[in-house]
Amino acid sequence: MPANLIRSAFAAGAIAASLFSPLAAANARQASAVVIKNFDFAPMSLTVKPGATVTWKNLDGEPHTITSADGLFRSGALDTNETYSFKFDRPGTYKYVCSIHPRMTAAIVVK
Amino acid sequence: MAFGSAGTLFALSGGVFTPIDLAFAADNREAAARLGTPLFVQISDTHIGFNKDANPDVRGTLAGSIDLVNAIAHQPEFIIHTGDITHLSRPAEFDAAQQLLSGLKASELHTVPGEHDVADATQSEYFQRFGRASGNRGYYSFDHRGVHMVGLVNVMNFKPGGLGILGDDQLKWLATDLAARTPSTPVVVFAHMPLWSIYDAWGWGTGDADQAIALLRRFGSVTVLNGHIHQIVQKVEGNITFYTARATAYPQPAPGVGPGPGPLTVPADKLASMLGVTSVSIRRDQPAAILIDAPLS
Repeated sequence: MPANLIRSAFAAGAIAASLFSPLAAANARQASAVVIKNFDFAPMSLTVKPGATVTWKNLDGEPHTITSADGLFRSGALDTNETYSFKFDRPGTYKYVCSIHPRMTAAIVVK
Repeated sequence: MAFGSAGTLFALSGGVFTPIDLAFAADNREAAARLGTPLFVQISDTHIGFNKDANPDVRGTLAGSIDLVNAIAHQPEFIIHTGDITHLSRPAEFDAAQQLLSGLKASELHTVPGEHDVADATQSEYFQRFGRASGNRGYYSFDHRGVHMVGLVNVMNFKPGGLGILGDDQLKWLATDLAARTPSTPVVVFAHMPLWSIYDAWGWGTGDADQAIALLRRFGSVTVLNGHIHQIVQKVEGNITFYTARATAYPQPAPGVGPGPGPLTVPADKLASMLGVTSVSIRRDQPAAILIDAPLS
Protein backbone atom coordinates (compact mmCIF):
# COMPACT_ATOMS: atom_id res chain seq x y z
CA MET A 1 0.00 0.00 0.00
CA PRO A 2 1.32 3.41 -0.90
CA ALA A 3 0.74 4.71 2.63
CA ASN A 4 3.12 2.10 4.04
CA LEU A 5 5.76 2.95 1.49
CA ILE A 6 5.43 6.59 2.36
CA ARG A 7 5.72 5.85 6.08
CA SER A 8 8.93 3.84 5.52
CA ALA A 9 10.31 6.48 3.18
CA PHE A 10 9.62 9.15 5.74
CA ALA A 11 11.33 7.11 8.46
CA ALA A 12 14.40 6.71 6.25
CA GLY A 13 14.34 10.42 5.47
CA ALA A 14 14.05 11.26 9.16
CA ILE A 15 17.11 9.17 9.97
CA ALA A 16 19.03 10.85 7.15
CA ALA A 17 17.92 14.29 8.31
CA SER A 18 19.08 13.62 11.85
CA LEU A 19 22.64 13.22 10.57
CA PHE A 20 22.62 16.91 9.65
CA SER A 21 22.11 19.85 11.96
CA PRO A 22 19.47 18.83 14.48
CA LEU A 23 18.04 22.33 14.46
CA ALA A 24 17.73 22.38 10.68
CA ALA A 25 16.21 18.93 10.76
CA ALA A 26 13.76 19.96 13.45
CA ASN A 27 12.83 23.07 11.51
CA ALA A 28 12.33 21.04 8.37
CA ARG A 29 10.09 18.56 10.17
CA GLN A 30 8.18 21.35 11.89
CA ALA A 31 7.50 23.15 8.61
CA SER A 32 5.75 20.12 7.17
CA ALA A 33 3.82 19.05 10.25
CA VAL A 34 0.17 19.45 11.09
CA VAL A 35 -1.23 18.67 14.51
CA ILE A 36 -4.82 17.88 15.29
CA LYS A 37 -5.94 19.38 18.56
CA ASN A 38 -9.36 20.36 19.92
CA PHE A 39 -11.12 19.34 16.71
CA ASP A 40 -8.88 21.63 14.62
CA PHE A 41 -6.10 21.09 12.13
CA ALA A 42 -3.17 23.35 13.05
CA PRO A 43 -2.16 25.07 10.90
CA MET A 44 -5.38 25.16 8.87
CA SER A 45 -3.37 26.06 5.81
CA LEU A 46 0.16 24.77 5.40
CA THR A 47 2.38 25.74 2.50
CA VAL A 48 5.12 23.35 1.41
CA LYS A 49 7.38 22.91 -1.61
CA PRO A 50 6.71 20.23 -4.24
CA GLY A 51 8.20 16.94 -3.09
CA ALA A 52 7.65 17.68 0.59
CA THR A 53 6.14 15.10 2.90
CA VAL A 54 3.52 16.38 5.30
CA THR A 55 3.00 14.50 8.56
CA TRP A 56 -0.16 14.81 10.61
CA LYS A 57 -0.32 13.84 14.27
CA ASN A 58 -3.53 13.44 16.25
CA LEU A 59 -3.21 14.95 19.72
CA ASP A 60 -6.93 14.71 20.52
CA GLY A 61 -8.65 12.11 22.65
CA GLU A 62 -11.04 11.56 19.73
CA PRO A 63 -9.95 9.80 16.56
CA HIS A 64 -9.71 11.85 13.38
CA THR A 65 -8.97 11.17 9.74
CA ILE A 66 -7.21 13.08 6.99
CA THR A 67 -9.44 12.69 3.97
CA SER A 68 -8.68 14.68 0.85
CA ALA A 69 -11.58 16.31 -0.94
CA ASP A 70 -10.56 14.82 -4.29
CA GLY A 71 -9.74 11.29 -3.10
CA LEU A 72 -5.97 11.72 -3.39
CA PHE A 73 -5.12 10.75 0.18
CA ARG A 74 -7.03 9.04 2.99
CA SER A 75 -5.48 8.20 6.34
CA GLY A 76 -8.18 6.06 7.91
CA ALA A 77 -8.93 6.55 11.60
CA LEU A 78 -5.99 7.91 13.62
CA ASP A 79 -6.16 7.23 17.33
CA THR A 80 -4.47 9.56 19.83
CA ASN A 81 -0.76 10.07 18.98
CA GLU A 82 -1.00 8.21 15.69
CA THR A 83 0.50 9.85 12.63
CA TYR A 84 -0.04 9.83 8.91
CA SER A 85 2.23 11.11 6.15
CA PHE A 86 1.71 11.97 2.52
CA LYS A 87 4.18 13.19 -0.07
CA PHE A 88 2.97 16.06 -2.25
CA ASP A 89 4.74 16.03 -5.59
CA ARG A 90 2.67 18.47 -7.62
CA PRO A 91 1.87 22.14 -7.01
CA GLY A 92 -1.71 22.87 -6.09
CA THR A 93 -4.11 23.45 -3.24
CA TYR A 94 -5.23 20.24 -1.59
CA LYS A 95 -8.31 20.60 0.58
CA TYR A 96 -9.05 17.91 3.14
CA VAL A 97 -11.44 17.16 6.00
CA CYS A 98 -11.78 14.85 8.92
CA SER A 99 -14.31 12.27 7.69
CA ILE A 100 -15.49 11.62 11.25
CA HIS A 101 -16.00 15.31 12.07
CA PRO A 102 -16.56 16.97 8.70
CA ARG A 103 -16.70 20.47 10.15
CA MET A 104 -12.91 20.14 10.46
CA THR A 105 -11.49 21.41 7.19
CA ALA A 106 -8.00 22.47 6.15
CA ALA A 107 -5.68 22.61 3.16
CA ILE A 108 -2.15 21.93 2.05
CA VAL A 109 -0.80 24.45 -0.46
CA VAL A 110 2.05 23.15 -2.58
CA LYS A 111 4.08 25.76 -4.40
CA MET B 1 -21.48 -4.09 37.71
CA ALA B 2 -24.85 -3.59 39.33
CA PHE B 3 -27.83 -2.51 37.31
CA GLY B 4 -31.05 -0.80 38.25
CA SER B 5 -32.07 2.63 39.35
CA ALA B 6 -34.11 5.36 37.70
CA GLY B 7 -35.39 4.53 34.27
CA THR B 8 -37.69 6.58 32.15
CA LEU B 9 -40.94 5.56 30.60
CA PHE B 10 -42.20 7.82 27.87
CA ALA B 11 -45.86 7.39 27.03
CA LEU B 12 -46.88 9.21 23.91
CA SER B 13 -50.45 9.82 22.99
CA GLY B 14 -51.69 12.03 20.18
CA GLY B 15 -48.57 14.17 20.26
CA VAL B 16 -48.74 14.86 24.02
CA PHE B 17 -45.50 13.88 25.65
CA THR B 18 -45.55 12.54 29.20
CA PRO B 19 -42.28 11.55 30.83
CA ILE B 20 -42.65 9.28 33.82
CA ASP B 21 -39.71 8.29 35.96
CA LEU B 22 -39.72 4.86 37.46
CA ALA B 23 -37.43 3.52 40.14
CA PHE B 24 -35.97 0.24 39.04
CA ALA B 25 -34.90 -2.53 41.35
CA ALA B 26 -31.26 -3.53 41.64
CA ASP B 27 -31.33 -6.53 39.36
CA ASN B 28 -31.77 -7.05 35.66
CA ARG B 29 -35.12 -8.81 35.85
CA GLU B 30 -36.92 -5.90 37.48
CA ALA B 31 -35.24 -3.37 35.21
CA ALA B 32 -36.07 -5.55 32.23
CA ALA B 33 -39.69 -5.89 33.34
CA ARG B 34 -40.01 -2.12 33.01
CA LEU B 35 -38.93 -2.43 29.40
CA GLY B 36 -42.34 -3.94 28.72
CA THR B 37 -42.95 -6.04 25.65
CA PRO B 38 -40.97 -4.33 22.97
CA LEU B 39 -41.24 -4.94 19.28
CA PHE B 40 -37.54 -4.13 19.14
CA VAL B 41 -34.75 -2.66 21.18
CA GLN B 42 -32.41 0.08 19.99
CA ILE B 43 -28.74 -0.18 20.94
CA SER B 44 -26.43 2.63 19.88
CA ASP B 45 -22.90 4.00 20.02
CA THR B 46 -21.12 0.97 21.43
CA HIS B 47 -17.71 2.37 20.25
CA ILE B 48 -15.82 -0.90 20.64
CA GLY B 49 -12.15 0.09 20.62
CA PHE B 50 -12.57 3.18 22.78
CA ASN B 51 -10.36 3.01 25.87
CA LYS B 52 -10.03 6.50 27.33
CA ASP B 53 -11.07 7.92 30.70
CA ALA B 54 -14.74 8.35 29.90
CA ASN B 55 -15.06 4.55 29.88
CA PRO B 56 -12.04 2.23 29.96
CA ASP B 57 -14.29 -0.81 29.48
CA VAL B 58 -16.74 -0.30 26.63
CA ARG B 59 -16.87 -4.07 26.09
CA GLY B 60 -18.06 -4.49 29.66
CA THR B 61 -20.78 -1.87 29.37
CA LEU B 62 -21.97 -3.37 26.08
CA ALA B 63 -22.04 -6.83 27.69
CA GLY B 64 -24.03 -5.35 30.58
CA SER B 65 -26.48 -3.75 28.15
CA ILE B 66 -26.91 -7.08 26.40
CA ASP B 67 -27.55 -8.78 29.76
CA LEU B 68 -30.26 -6.20 30.41
CA VAL B 69 -31.95 -6.87 27.07
CA ASN B 70 -31.64 -10.63 27.55
CA ALA B 71 -33.45 -10.37 30.87
CA ILE B 72 -36.65 -9.07 29.20
CA ALA B 73 -39.37 -11.68 29.78
CA HIS B 74 -40.93 -11.35 26.31
CA GLN B 75 -37.96 -10.92 24.03
CA PRO B 76 -38.03 -8.24 21.34
CA GLU B 77 -38.45 -9.56 17.82
CA PHE B 78 -35.27 -7.84 16.68
CA ILE B 79 -32.55 -5.40 17.63
CA ILE B 80 -31.47 -2.27 15.80
CA HIS B 81 -28.04 -0.70 16.23
CA THR B 82 -27.96 2.93 15.21
CA GLY B 83 -24.25 3.05 14.56
CA ASP B 84 -20.76 3.76 15.91
CA ILE B 85 -20.51 0.04 16.50
CA THR B 86 -16.73 0.50 16.58
CA HIS B 87 -14.51 3.43 17.48
CA LEU B 88 -11.86 3.28 14.74
CA SER B 89 -13.39 0.94 12.10
CA ARG B 90 -10.64 -1.58 12.86
CA PRO B 91 -11.24 -5.26 11.95
CA ALA B 92 -10.52 -6.43 15.51
CA GLU B 93 -13.09 -3.94 16.81
CA PHE B 94 -15.77 -5.17 14.42
CA ASP B 95 -14.92 -8.76 15.36
CA ALA B 96 -15.22 -8.04 19.08
CA ALA B 97 -18.48 -6.11 18.61
CA GLN B 98 -20.04 -8.88 16.56
CA GLN B 99 -18.95 -11.47 19.07
CA LEU B 100 -20.55 -9.52 21.92
CA LEU B 101 -23.74 -8.79 19.96
CA SER B 102 -24.09 -12.48 19.12
CA GLY B 103 -24.81 -12.94 22.84
CA LEU B 104 -28.21 -11.31 22.37
CA LYS B 105 -31.08 -13.78 22.68
CA ALA B 106 -32.91 -11.80 19.99
CA SER B 107 -30.80 -12.96 17.11
CA GLU B 108 -32.13 -10.65 14.39
CA LEU B 109 -29.90 -7.57 14.23
CA HIS B 110 -30.29 -4.64 11.85
CA THR B 111 -27.60 -1.97 11.73
CA VAL B 112 -26.77 1.35 10.18
CA PRO B 113 -23.23 2.76 10.28
CA GLY B 114 -21.98 5.68 12.29
CA GLU B 115 -19.13 7.89 11.11
CA HIS B 116 -16.77 5.88 13.35
CA ASP B 117 -17.73 2.76 11.38
CA VAL B 118 -16.72 4.15 7.98
CA ALA B 119 -13.47 5.78 9.12
CA ASP B 120 -11.19 3.21 7.48
CA ALA B 121 -9.42 4.44 4.37
CA THR B 122 -11.49 2.32 1.97
CA GLN B 123 -14.79 2.54 3.91
CA SER B 124 -15.21 -1.19 3.43
CA GLU B 125 -14.91 -2.82 6.86
CA TYR B 126 -18.50 -2.04 7.90
CA PHE B 127 -19.96 -3.22 4.59
CA GLN B 128 -17.98 -6.46 4.57
CA ARG B 129 -19.81 -7.41 7.73
CA PHE B 130 -23.14 -5.62 7.60
CA GLY B 131 -23.55 -4.58 3.99
CA ARG B 132 -25.64 -7.44 2.65
CA ALA B 133 -29.00 -6.13 3.88
CA SER B 134 -28.55 -2.96 1.84
CA GLY B 135 -26.58 -4.29 -1.12
CA ASN B 136 -23.65 -2.34 0.31
CA ARG B 137 -25.51 0.95 -0.11
CA GLY B 138 -26.10 1.32 3.63
CA TYR B 139 -29.84 2.07 3.36
CA TYR B 140 -32.67 -0.49 3.26
CA SER B 141 -36.09 -1.29 4.65
CA PHE B 142 -37.88 -4.27 6.13
CA ASP B 143 -41.17 -5.03 7.85
CA HIS B 144 -42.23 -6.62 11.12
CA ARG B 145 -45.82 -7.06 12.27
CA GLY B 146 -46.96 -4.43 9.79
CA VAL B 147 -44.43 -1.86 10.98
CA HIS B 148 -42.26 -0.52 8.17
CA MET B 149 -38.64 -0.12 9.31
CA VAL B 150 -36.30 2.08 7.27
CA GLY B 151 -32.55 2.21 7.88
CA LEU B 152 -30.81 5.27 6.45
CA VAL B 153 -27.14 6.21 6.25
CA ASN B 154 -26.14 9.84 6.76
CA VAL B 155 -22.44 9.53 7.58
CA MET B 156 -20.87 9.15 4.14
CA ASN B 157 -19.96 11.58 1.37
CA PHE B 158 -20.00 14.48 3.78
CA LYS B 159 -19.80 17.95 2.38
CA PRO B 160 -16.86 19.68 4.07
CA GLY B 161 -17.96 21.72 7.05
CA GLY B 162 -21.44 20.26 6.80
CA LEU B 163 -23.82 18.16 8.76
CA GLY B 164 -24.93 14.62 8.12
CA ILE B 165 -26.08 13.99 4.56
CA LEU B 166 -28.50 11.56 2.96
CA GLY B 167 -27.81 12.46 -0.67
CA ASP B 168 -30.01 12.44 -3.74
CA ASP B 169 -29.78 8.70 -4.52
CA GLN B 170 -30.91 7.72 -1.05
CA LEU B 171 -33.71 10.30 -1.03
CA LYS B 172 -34.94 9.00 -4.40
CA TRP B 173 -34.88 5.46 -3.06
CA LEU B 174 -36.76 6.56 0.07
CA ALA B 175 -39.47 8.24 -1.97
CA THR B 176 -40.01 5.05 -3.98
CA ASP B 177 -39.86 2.85 -0.91
CA LEU B 178 -42.47 4.88 0.99
CA ALA B 179 -44.76 5.45 -2.01
CA ALA B 180 -45.87 1.82 -1.82
CA ARG B 181 -47.09 2.22 1.79
CA THR B 182 -50.51 3.31 2.99
CA PRO B 183 -50.59 6.25 5.43
CA SER B 184 -51.83 4.00 8.23
CA THR B 185 -48.65 1.94 8.17
CA PRO B 186 -46.55 2.73 11.24
CA VAL B 187 -43.12 3.79 10.04
CA VAL B 188 -39.87 3.74 11.99
CA VAL B 189 -36.84 5.45 10.45
CA PHE B 190 -33.45 4.88 12.02
CA ALA B 191 -30.13 6.52 11.15
CA HIS B 192 -27.00 7.39 13.07
CA MET B 193 -26.87 11.17 13.01
CA PRO B 194 -29.94 13.09 14.12
CA LEU B 195 -32.42 13.69 11.31
CA TRP B 196 -33.38 17.00 12.88
CA SER B 197 -31.38 20.00 13.90
CA ILE B 198 -30.28 19.59 17.52
CA TYR B 199 -27.04 21.58 17.49
CA ASP B 200 -25.57 22.34 14.09
CA ALA B 201 -22.32 23.79 15.45
CA TRP B 202 -21.40 20.31 16.70
CA GLY B 203 -22.66 18.52 13.60
CA TRP B 204 -25.78 17.31 15.39
CA GLY B 205 -28.11 17.39 12.43
CA THR B 206 -28.52 16.29 8.81
CA GLY B 207 -28.42 18.92 6.08
CA ASP B 208 -30.98 17.36 3.73
CA ALA B 209 -33.14 15.59 6.31
CA ASP B 210 -36.00 18.00 5.62
CA GLN B 211 -36.56 16.25 2.29
CA ALA B 212 -36.87 12.89 4.04
CA ILE B 213 -39.17 14.27 6.72
CA ALA B 214 -41.41 15.77 4.02
CA LEU B 215 -41.87 12.25 2.59
CA LEU B 216 -42.90 10.99 6.02
CA ARG B 217 -45.51 13.60 6.89
CA ARG B 218 -48.40 11.79 5.24
CA PHE B 219 -48.05 8.79 7.55
CA GLY B 220 -50.18 8.52 10.69
CA SER B 221 -47.39 7.26 12.95
CA VAL B 222 -43.72 7.97 12.36
CA THR B 223 -40.89 7.35 14.81
CA VAL B 224 -37.42 8.65 13.99
CA LEU B 225 -34.65 7.02 16.01
CA ASN B 226 -31.08 8.28 15.99
CA GLY B 227 -27.86 7.95 17.98
CA HIS B 228 -24.60 9.89 17.65
CA ILE B 229 -25.08 12.36 20.50
CA HIS B 230 -24.90 9.83 23.37
CA GLN B 231 -27.87 11.30 25.22
CA ILE B 232 -31.61 11.38 24.98
CA VAL B 233 -33.23 14.30 23.24
CA GLN B 234 -36.74 14.16 21.85
CA LYS B 235 -39.17 16.20 19.82
CA VAL B 236 -42.73 15.62 18.64
CA GLU B 237 -43.91 17.24 15.43
CA GLY B 238 -47.45 16.27 14.56
CA ASN B 239 -47.41 12.53 13.92
CA ILE B 240 -43.61 12.34 13.93
CA THR B 241 -41.69 11.56 17.11
CA PHE B 242 -37.93 12.21 17.00
CA TYR B 243 -35.83 10.45 19.59
CA THR B 244 -32.13 9.98 20.20
CA ALA B 245 -30.56 7.25 22.32
CA ARG B 246 -27.99 6.93 25.04
CA ALA B 247 -24.75 5.20 24.15
CA THR B 248 -23.56 2.01 25.78
CA ALA B 249 -20.00 3.43 25.60
CA TYR B 250 -19.78 6.91 27.13
CA PRO B 251 -21.85 10.07 27.57
CA GLN B 252 -21.33 13.36 25.76
CA PRO B 253 -22.00 16.88 26.98
CA ALA B 254 -25.31 18.63 26.50
CA PRO B 255 -25.45 20.81 23.37
CA GLY B 256 -23.02 23.72 23.62
CA VAL B 257 -21.74 22.84 27.08
CA GLY B 258 -17.97 22.82 26.67
CA PRO B 259 -15.62 23.05 23.69
CA GLY B 260 -16.97 20.17 21.63
CA PRO B 261 -18.91 16.92 21.38
CA GLY B 262 -16.14 14.73 22.79
CA PRO B 263 -16.40 12.01 25.44
CA LEU B 264 -17.63 13.29 28.79
CA THR B 265 -15.85 11.87 31.82
CA VAL B 266 -18.14 11.54 34.83
CA PRO B 267 -17.53 9.99 38.27
CA ALA B 268 -17.31 6.22 37.97
CA ASP B 269 -20.41 5.64 40.07
CA LYS B 270 -22.43 7.90 37.77
CA LEU B 271 -21.38 6.35 34.45
CA ALA B 272 -23.87 3.48 34.25
CA SER B 273 -26.85 5.79 34.79
CA MET B 274 -25.85 7.74 31.68
CA LEU B 275 -25.60 4.69 29.41
CA GLY B 276 -28.45 2.52 28.24
CA VAL B 277 -30.72 1.05 25.59
CA THR B 278 -34.22 1.93 24.37
CA SER B 279 -37.17 -0.39 24.08
CA VAL B 280 -39.73 0.48 21.41
CA SER B 281 -43.29 -0.77 21.13
CA ILE B 282 -45.69 0.34 18.46
CA ARG B 283 -49.26 0.72 19.63
CA ARG B 284 -52.06 0.33 17.12
CA ASP B 285 -54.59 2.38 19.01
CA GLN B 286 -52.62 5.58 19.08
CA PRO B 287 -50.41 7.32 16.58
CA ALA B 288 -47.13 7.22 18.44
CA ALA B 289 -44.66 4.64 19.64
CA ILE B 290 -43.92 3.81 23.25
CA LEU B 291 -40.26 4.37 23.96
CA ILE B 292 -38.79 3.12 27.19
CA ASP B 293 -35.23 3.90 28.18
CA ALA B 294 -33.32 1.63 30.46
CA PRO B 295 -30.05 2.98 31.77
CA LEU B 296 -27.44 0.52 32.87
CA SER B 297 -27.89 1.66 36.43
